[in-house]
Parts: sequence; structure tokens; C-alpha cells
Amino acid sequence: MVRFDRRRWLFAVPALACGALLGVRAVAQSPRVVQVRVRRFVFTPQVIQLKKGEPVVFELSTDDVFMGFSVPDLDIRSDIVPGKVSRLELPPPKAGTYEFLCDIFCGSGHESMQGKIVVT
Amino acid sequence: MKDMDRRDFLRLAGLGGVVFASTLAGCATRGPGMGANATEDFHFVQLSDSHWGFEGPPNPDAKGTLPKAVAAVNALREQPDFIVFTGDLTHTTDDARERRARLAAFRDVVAGLKVRNIRFMPGEHDASLDNGEAFREFFGPTRYTFDHKGVHFIALDNVSDPAARIGDEQLAWLAADLATQAPDAPIVVMTHRPLFDLVPKWDWTTRDGAKAIELLMPHRNVTVFYGHIHQEHHHMTGHIAHHAAKGLMFPLPAPGSQPNRTPLPWDPSQPYRGLGFREVDAERRGAEFALTEFPVKGA
Repeated sequence: MVRFDRRRWLFAVPALACGALLGVRAVAQSPRVVQVRVRRFVFTPQVIQLKKGEPVVFELSTDDVFMGFSVPDLDIRSDIVPGKVSRLELPPPKAGTYEFLCDIFCGSGHESMQGKIVVT
Repeated sequence: MKDMDRRDFLRLAGLGGVVFASTLAGCATRGPGMGANATEDFHFVQLSDSHWGFEGPPNPDAKGTLPKAVAAVNALREQPDFIVFTGDLTHTTDDARERRARLAAFRDVVAGLKVRNIRFMPGEHDASLDNGEAFREFFGPTRYTFDHKGVHFIALDNVSDPAARIGDEQLAWLAADLATQAPDAPIVVMTHRPLFDLVPKWDWTTRDGAKAIELLMPHRNVTVFYGHIHQEHHHMTGHIAHHAAKGLMFPLPAPGSQPNRTPLPWDPSQPYRGLGFREVDAERRGAEFALTEFPVKGA
């Protein structure tokens, strides 16, 4: 019985430790949600501040027309569908400035529809 | 003068600067894919981005610039075989009736061109808000092919989809057309947006343009002419040359040179600076395209 308990402990302790570590990591990796509201021809916010290595999910929404959110230098993009919330994951970014734009032509003013993500 | 070719004449006459010679081997000889048409010397003119309907400080002569370009083309000593407009004939509007009014006004202005063989293509300002419907009413299909004196021309539509895609269906059409051409056939592709990633953060790209380039790569003699960026620009993807033309409303900044792609301001001391059109010479003897850039000048 004593041996059985010791054996159980030998398995249980590392398992608990791993579980605790995974739990901590899971909390640490919970992505920050950044809401981006879009209307012709403006993103709000136009400047998005992020921390280096911080995983992020963008929630993109519009009540206007069909548009797009593209960050070419990070190789991510999403359609923005009127009346819906589009979720776009951003893997933990490196420090830098990344410009974003609407990549679906939406009218006169489309060309000025851009912003930037600043990662520090 | 006897030994002087047409390009030399243009250069000496000061009518424009030859800025780029794009090799087009295959133009000089009849290749297996060139069918019964022997290649002959010819030239055509490319005009682009007239943005009819635009109003604003970047061009205080918005209604006068296109007519000046028409007059300049009509004044060329040798009239071109044909003229191509590579998109953004009009400036966009949400109003479908106004869009048609602008297309009609544009059509009326270019009706003044002496050359009546004109090929029109849409830009995103003409076609993206209604998937090309109004454009087709005035100017016909947004994609097509034709052959001229041994050169195969392909007009690709990368603007009727507002997401700047050529689309799988059109890519299949392109593949089927290219299958009729020999690997050494001289091919000219005309389109509005750059097919390659010039500046994606400025929307100066075609989302699936790489697929079109992949289809073109097996063909040894391909040259692409496009608009969209309102300036002369030359780029190579492998052996394929891509030439952007100046616009006829306002120039835009050099690719990626500043945060925003805002029009360059009008300079009263140099009116029409950065605006112009291009003449393209296909020469049998030189086996190359010679590009000659022409400015728009005041009255």
C-alpha cells in the first residue's frame, strides 16, 4: 500500500505540475480582443497599439458596405461583412509598424482608407 | 534619314524620350504560334487613368486634360494602328446614373481621336461598384483577345471583382487561350492593376495575379502594359516585363515612397507635370518594343 501510494505520487506530481504549467500558459496565451469598427472610408481606431509577442484577435464589424481589412506585411486579411462580426487572429507579432488597408474597392475615398498597427 | 528608323526619328525630333526597350524576340520572325500572320512593324498608343468626373485641387483643368491628350495623339506624325485605354476611364461614383453619364462623356471626348480602332479596358473606378455592368453597356466585354500583325493581345480584367481578383473562371479562360499560342509567340497582356505585388499596402497589386503570371511564364515573349499607379514604371518578373503608364488626371507618388498614396499636388509652374501617354513600337528589325513617353501640354 505504501509502495502503491508512492507510485501514485510519482505519477501525480509531474502531472499536476504539467497541468499547472499548461493552465498558466493557457491564461498567458489568451488573445487580446481588439475591436475595429469600419465605415466608408475610416477604420476606428486608425492606430492600434500592441505589445510585442501578444496574441491578438481582431473583431471587425461594419454597418456600411462590404469591405476588407488587410495587413500585407503580416500576411493576414479578412472580409468585413455588413451586420456581422469577423474575427481575425494575429499571431504574436514582432516589434514594428504594420500598415493596414481596405483591400476591397468601396468607393471614392477607398484609397485613403488605411491605418497602422504599432507593436512595441 | 534613309537609315534612320522611326524611333531614332522620334528621339531626334524631341517628341518624346525612349525610356525602355523591352526585348520581344519572336516579333522579328514568324514563330510556330504566329499562324498565317507575318509580323510587321506597327505601333500603338496607351492611354490610362483619365478619371473623367474627378474634381479637386490635384487638377484644376480636370475637364481639359483628356481633350488635350486626344489632341496630342491626333498630332502624332504617324497615327498609331490602334489605341488602348488601360482603365479608370472615369472616376468612381455611387450613383449608377452619374456613372453612366461619366462613361458617356468620356466616350464623347475620345470620339475625337482620329484613330477609330480603340480598345477599352475598365479600372476599379469604372467597374468595381457594379461588377463592370455599366462599362460593358458602353464598351463591351471587360476581357478579350485579339491579334494584330503577328502579336497576340490579351486584355485581362482584374477590377470587376472589387476584391481585385482575376478569378478562377477567368484564369481558366486565360489558360485555354494561352494553350493556343506557341511558347515563343509574342504576347502582350493589357490590364489595369499590376499583376505582381508592387505595393500591397497601397492596394497596388492583384490578389491572384501570381496565378496569371504562373500561366504566362512558359511563354518566352510576354510583355504586360498596365495603369492604376498613375506613373511610368518598369518591372520584371522573370523574363516578363511589366510597364505602367502615366495617368491623365493626377500623378501619384513613387511606389511606397510615403505613408499614403495621395495625389501629387498640382504645380502651377509646371502644369500637367507627370501626366501623359505612351507610344509602343513593335519593330520587326529590332525584335523589341520601344516605349516613347509623351507629356500633356497646355494649350
